[in-house]
Amino acid sequence: MKKHYLVVAASIALAGAVSATAFAGGPVDEELVIDGEIQMTTRTAAPEGHPLDEVISGWHYRTKETRALEADTFENPAMLGVEDGEQIWNTVEGTEGKSCASCHGDASESMAGVGAHFPKWDADSGRPINIELQINKCREERMGAEPYAFDKGGQKPLTAYIKHQSLGEPVSLDLAEGDMQSWWDKGKELYYTRFGQLNLSCSNCHEDHNGEYIRADHLSQGQVNGFPTYRLKQAALVSVHNRFRGCIRDTRAEYPAAFSDELMALEVYVTWRGTGLSVETPAVRQ
Amino acid sequence: MAAVKPRVKGPKSASAGEVITIKTLISHPMESGQRKDNDGNAIPRQIINKFTCEFNGQMVFSCDIDPAVSANPYLEFTAKVNEAGSFKFTWVDDDGSVYTDEKEIALK
Repeated sequence: MKKHYLVVAASIALAGAVSATAFAGGPVDEELVIDGEIQMTTRTAAPEGHPLDEVISGWHYRTKETRALEADTFENPAMLGVEDGEQIWNTVEGTEGKSCASCHGDASESMAGVGAHFPKWDADSGRPINIELQINKCREERMGAEPYAFDKGGQKPLTAYIKHQSLGEPVSLDLAEGDMQSWWDKGKELYYTRFGQLNLSCSNCHEDHNGEYIRADHLSQGQVNGFPTYRLKQAALVSVHNRFRGCIRDTRAEYPAAFSDELMALEVYVTWRGTGLSVETPAVRQ
Repeated sequence: MAAVKPRVKGPKSASAGEVITIKTLISHPMESGQRKDNDGNAIPRQIINKFTCEFNGQMVFSCDIDPAVSANPYLEFTAKVNEAGSFKFTWVDDDGSVYTDEKEIALK
């Protein structure tokens, strides 16, 4: 009997140790494999000039249940959005009588790896554009359709569908294109600028305190490799500019418009901070 | 709204007597009947009200679903497989539509 008690005591001690690590808030030491097939890079050495030693996907900072949702595409609630995106891809719209597929064909071939390298330099407008703006450009110039308003119409599902074709592909940006470098510089300046009544910059949370708590939640590095992301809080796909605006709002600052110069510069810089991480779109977060 | 589409995930084969896990999902708005449109008119209820799973004609799992269940109902259950055969899944809609899916399973 005595021996039995000892075992119980030992297991309680063990449980205590386990929960202590689970609540520490740091990144978990696990690997993300989608559907048991696609091995994802969720931690990797930071690119040159990066303030951190290692870039870590937000997946590592989430609970076991949330991590499991992303690892199985059947259970990932955002895959319904991706399927909507596939439908939009094949739907003819606009005066030219074209769909995305009319020019680009099968997205699993034509879009493979494409989403991992956005934002890209757009010589026509003289600024970087992300996938959302590239879609709008195609809609206006080639399809003769109305561009999507921010987060409206098929923008989020179509973006998620296109980026999903790069699942597992490492993120990388070509900063030598056009004027990308100066937008990167501008984005970096914004990243370190304190905003709002709370006087916070992006770096205060995501660089200085990632892995620690902000109120009841864990701070991640704020990587954008999984956007559009399914947030359980909103029970919907969330675009990266929506998330930027949400973060800036939480510092009690006035937030810039979506696709404004400020947020595009920030997207260039923050995407670069995740260089080498696999595209996780659609990721699942808290 | 995306079209109503059933999906099923389970193993392709199992040993005799093995208990397998089956996951099902159907994209469906599950309109509860409690909401009103912009003009104040009630939006009529339209939900999946029943789900069944049969294996070689024998009932394995069934349930009634009520309006509190959210959109895109996901159901996961286990079944014991004694022989090779086919699972038949049925979702019944309020409007009388019946959505079905089938999944074959072999013995190892």
